[in-house]
Amino acid sequence: MEKFSQHTGVGVPLRRSNVDTDQIIPAVYLKRVTRTGFEDALFAAWRGDAEFVLNQPAYATGSVLVAGPDFGTGSSREHAVWALKDYGFRAVLSSRFADIFRGNSGKQGLLAAQLAQDDIELIWKVLETAPGTEVTVDLVERQVRCADVTVPFQVDDYTRWRLMEGLDDIGLTLQHEGEITEFEQTRASWRPRTLPAKHLPPVEIRSARPVGAVHGDDALA
Amino acid sequence: MQHMAGTLAEKVWDAHIVRRGTDGAPDLLYIDLHLVHEVTSPQAFEGLRLAGRPVRRPDLTIATEDHNTPTLDIDRPIADLTSRTQIQTLRDNAREFGVRLHSLGDADQGIVHQVGPQLGLTMPGLTVVCGDSHTSTHGAFGALAFGIGTSEVEHVLATQTLPLAPFKTMAITVDGQLPAGTTSKDIILAIIAKIGTGGGQGYVLEYRGEAIRALSMEARMTICNMSIEAGARAGMIAPDETTFEYLKGRPHAPEGADWDAAVEYWRTLRSDDDAVFDAEVVLEAADLEPFVTWGTNPGQGLPLSGRVPVPAEIADEGERVAAERALEYMGLTPGMPLRDVAVDTVFIGSCTNGRIEDLRSVAKLIRGRRKAENVRVLVVPSSARVRLQAEAEGLDRIFLDFGAEWRNAGCSMCLGMNPDQLAPGERSASTSNRNFEGRQGKGGRTHLVSPLVAAATAIRGTLSSVADLGPDVEAPDGSPLTDTPAHLQSA
Ligand code: SF4
Repeated sequence: MEKFSQHTGVGVPLRRSNVDTDQIIPAVYLKRVTRTGFEDALFAAWRGDAEFVLNQPAYATGSVLVAGPDFGTGSSREHAVWALKDYGFRAVLSSRFADIFRGNSGKQGLLAAQLAQDDIELIWKVLETAPGTEVTVDLVERQVRCADVTVPFQVDDYTRWRLMEGLDDIGLTLQHEGEITEFEQTRASWRPRTLPAKHLPPVEIRSARPVGAVHGDDALA
Repeated sequence: MQHMAGTLAEKVWDAHIVRRGTDGAPDLLYIDLHLVHEVTSPQAFEGLRLAGRPVRRPDLTIATEDHNTPTLDIDRPIADLTSRTQIQTLRDNAREFGVRLHSLGDADQGIVHQVGPQLGLTMPGLTVVCGDSHTSTHGAFGALAFGIGTSEVEHVLATQTLPLAPFKTMAITVDGQLPAGTTSKDIILAIIAKIGTGGGQGYVLEYRGEAIRALSMEARMTICNMSIEAGARAGMIAPDETTFEYLKGRPHAPEGADWDAAVEYWRTLRSDDDAVFDAEVVLEAADLEPFVTWGTNPGQGLPLSGRVPVPAEIADEGERVAAERALEYMGLTPGMPLRDVAVDTVFIGSCTNGRIEDLRSVAKLIRGRRKAENVRVLVVPSSARVRLQAEAEGLDRIFLDFGAEWRNAGCSMCLGMNPDQLAPGERSASTSNRNFEGRQGKGGRTHLVSPLVAAATAIRGTLSSVADLGPDVEAPDGSPLTDTPAHLQSA
């Protein structure tokens, strides 16, 4: 995971509250087997509307989403964070996040920064008056700067530390790799291993056929 | 330091702590066995690829194809594109990362929770995880086994460990002896009806007592399988001679001195007499009857001799509203006898009740009979090995003569990710584990039942128990009908 200390990019004002994970990424996109390439799925239901903020050229390269309260509610869907990241967002600012969304974000390197709603309104005004204005999210100072607006944001210490170190869950665990290896050396030899594979004698399987077809006369190709 | 009395679950947990969490942080637990299937693994493997990480222990990992696999024409390309993509992705990932995979057409392909036990990989005292909630099945061996999400699958693939928050323990004691015609499925349905679908939340359940000890290994798996339906993290049963006997001689079971050392350790895997559980529930087996669900969650169940509930008589408002909604979806009249409910389909299969003993007990009951007209009967073995064993014993002929469809192994109509689905409004008696709205197909109506109730229902066309077939019909058990060729003896 990339380390995050400060990011500057075009701010996107999303004047909506209660943006749930189903709006961030509709369920039909969950059938995919990849975990990247979800940029087309982000806010898919709204993207057809020419007026939608992401369809306006000035915001097209946005990387800091400034959203209304209660962002990321609804079903726990890691895909919501993937879609935001794949689109190019590095930070989401809101006055209130759903817990699960905030947790998923921190684990995947997307900063969910909590601001006072008044400060969100100030930033919205700047971004709407001068579309394309850049926003700086400074994790070291816990500060958002945008034109002449400088406001603080909240993020818990643990998430901040992880983001600044660029540690995902796996990276965190692997800091203790020595202990894992040590533990492995104490495992009793009766504990199972899947490799090398042990089998019963191999047997040929014939496919079942729809009832009506002659049973079992059709060998496995 | 003095020895602290412990429960079975705590003993297994303690034996796997790589690093103890301090200040309320989770413990880092070592994972002995990681089972993988095609639905929850693709993004986990891709995560590894993106981060340039290998699978830490391919030799503790095994994969199979089950959720999406067709149960007909398995030698032809899979028609559904999403299913085909998921399966092909698993095949590619297994090859790339060196993970052992049992593919469609292989004798050890099947539902992931059947494959571990049948290969002798699932053993007492292990930690077992899988990206599937019914991983609790493996707890029947005295393993601590639970389902995990995709990001945790990636975590285990990369590190063979999981940071885990502690759980609470609940003892569920089932005393006495089960009446004839009543099975372990009825025990677990009764437990869930009693404690509710959230009753086990945060707990590891330990099933104990005379009625549990008397159960076969496969019957124990049925109980642990549905622990998740009570909201529990896991279910466990202390290993005993029944467990050891089931394991002995299986391909991956320990041998020689290893076997002796293992059994010696496994015998210590029981809750100490003075161990303290956070909660306790007691059931009297003799009071149990065949159970069926009437609603849309597994806690909405009643003895088959009962009637569909009348919502107006339910005092609790939340439950009343839930019952009204469930009855509307299920298309049932309040107060009607459950025995009068006519079904369209009987599904015998799934990781709950698709094993050889289930198939044998069904076959014994239906032998020499014909299914009720207008009822479709689907029999889906839980693995290809189970299917082979059943065919070697001649069970397939009994099913076909009865008028049932005999299929290839997989999850099938348990969740209808493959073409085996209920049509809207269609009603089933199903030996699976979930009766949620649309679970077996959009608009489908599911009644969860034991294999014996499924068989009796297939004969009569309405929800029925063995007793409904007449006074001289005996309730069959899961022992073999005929001698089995030696090379097939371990399905
Ligand atoms: S049989 Fe059903 S419950 Fe079991 S693993 Fe398959 S889909 Fe899940």
